[in-house]
Amino acid sequence: MSRQRTIGEVILDLQNISLSFGGVRALADISFDVRQHEIRAIIGPNGAGKSSMLNVINGVYHPQQGNIVFRGQTRHRMNPTRVAKGGIARTFQNIALFKGMSVLDNIMTGRNTKMKRGLLANALWWGPARNEEIAHRHKVEEVIDFLEIQHIRKTPVGRLPYGLQKRVELARALAAEPEVLLLDEPMAGMNVEEKQDMCRFILDVNDQFGTTIVLIEHDMGVVMDISDRVVVLDYGKKIGDGTPADVMQNQDVIDAYLGTSHQEM
Amino acid sequence: MQFFFEVAINGLLSGLMYSLVALGFVLIYKASGVFNFAQGSMVYFAALAVVGLMDKGLPMWAAIIGAFFVMLAVGLGTERFVLRKLVNQPPIALFMASIGLSFFLEGLGPLLFGSEVRAIDLGIVDEPIESIMNATGIGISKFDLFASGMVILLVAVLSAFFQWTKIGRALRAVADDHQAALSLGIPLQHIWAIVWGVAGFVALVAGLLWGSRNGVQYALTMTALKALPVLILGGFTSVPGAIVGGLIIGASEKLAEIYLPPIMQDSFGGNFGGIEGWFPYVFALLFLLVRPEGLFGEKHIDRV
Repeated sequence: MSRQRTIGEVILDLQNISLSFGGVRALADISFDVRQHEIRAIIGPNGAGKSSMLNVINGVYHPQQGNIVFRGQTRHRMNPTRVAKGGIARTFQNIALFKGMSVLDNIMTGRNTKMKRGLLANALWWGPARNEEIAHRHKVEEVIDFLEIQHIRKTPVGRLPYGLQKRVELARALAAEPEVLLLDEPMAGMNVEEKQDMCRFILDVNDQFGTTIVLIEHDMGVVMDISDRVVVLDYGKKIGDGTPADVMQNQDVIDAYLGTSHQEM
Repeated sequence: MQFFFEVAINGLLSGLMYSLVALGFVLIYKASGVFNFAQGSMVYFAALAVVGLMDKGLPMWAAIIGAFFVMLAVGLGTERFVLRKLVNQPPIALFMASIGLSFFLEGLGPLLFGSEVRAIDLGIVDEPIESIMNATGIGISKFDLFASGMVILLVAVLSAFFQWTKIGRALRAVADDHQAALSLGIPLQHIWAIVWGVAGFVALVAGLLWGSRNGVQYALTMTALKALPVLILGGFTSVPGAIVGGLIIGASEKLAEIYLPPIMQDSFGGNFGGIEGWFPYVFALLFLLVRPEGLFGEKHIDRV
């Protein structure tokens, strides 16, 4: 990889996370860490617990056991609002955009935690609230330029094709200027061209903004190309962790997910 | 023909007052997906609070402000003690809770503010405007015109608030997708509290207008149910829909009241009065067969 970055210290550390729903064990004693500026992939077969893992980080699920250390603060359970304010943004496996709203409004909601004016100022459309709105509009326009979606700015999101919706969702997450970005299958259902675009955007975000990225992805080519380290889950257990090259040599990973070794990847 | 217009225009104006109640339903339905059965009771409760505070010797303006805070307390209390306990429960559970809330308010209101029928006098008389009367021969009530003006103003302000402010955007976001809204750091509880507060405020305005027209009495909760056909027509999620639905219901029920009885007498014999009372419901029922999502409602198409 030719990109010049400095991978920093551990920013997010997951320690012995266990999560069950009733009798179903979704995650069993999983630990891994994420370092600043890196692209960290989570892979594994369907139902391995990848999305559950993101939901634990993001505070949607609360693990029965384990701790999450984010920027030096140890917590047993996260809370979505606090997580968002703390600088973790995410996208969803099944696009979770606000369908009735325009692209611009969707992305503006990403600025929500950054906007400080209260209810009254907002209700009266008071000077400060209006200025704030304008300042944040500028920020959003930068994101729009960055992701090359200027032409669909005013379009209601529901009308956009799938690939563009995924891009808008990324834009909304970026608008929050997150330190850590959680991407749940950002390339699922895309054609080759769209995938290449998305890869380029993810790498650019990582390079230019220094955003740490945690990524769930099924396309092994993509994962091996762009990620620095990979963690492999299977039936809620961690079966591999390391650089893409390491993981691909790991016999457990090959058996569970990649397929038998005599097949060329 | 003059008479026809008079009936139609007065119907439209009174329809806007249905819209006002429907608006309360729409706000809460949009933001929390709850069909708030208690909206009618909130109207009654708000009107009771106004007359109750006036009985205690407050001047009207102070009573209205007081009632505003009472409704705010009702809204925040509902969020804190009812909704928050029911997060992630199916909509039917929330609906049942709102029925409970309506009984609660209908009991608590008379207990706090007295149950005898009282009038609210807003100082605007319910009589035809002379200049229009003289020029066209059509009688339009001053009160109806005033009430319509209030409704239009309220709708304009609310629409602007939802469209152009951060909080409005957050409200729409929450209405659209809870999960996604949470992931962006939009606090659900905060938003729900605001919505219920605003719905309380809308109920107060409706209570004032309806209360001064029909007197503050239990029947207000029934009048508020007229908002149901309005919602079916306009769609449960649309503010403009609530307005248009109200206009259609208002005009059609008044016209039906005047023009249907002779026709029905001719064909069935007997005496047909009080059509106004049931016509909107039948109308809405027929409408449901044709366009179940309402005129402005969102049509959900699910992939199979």
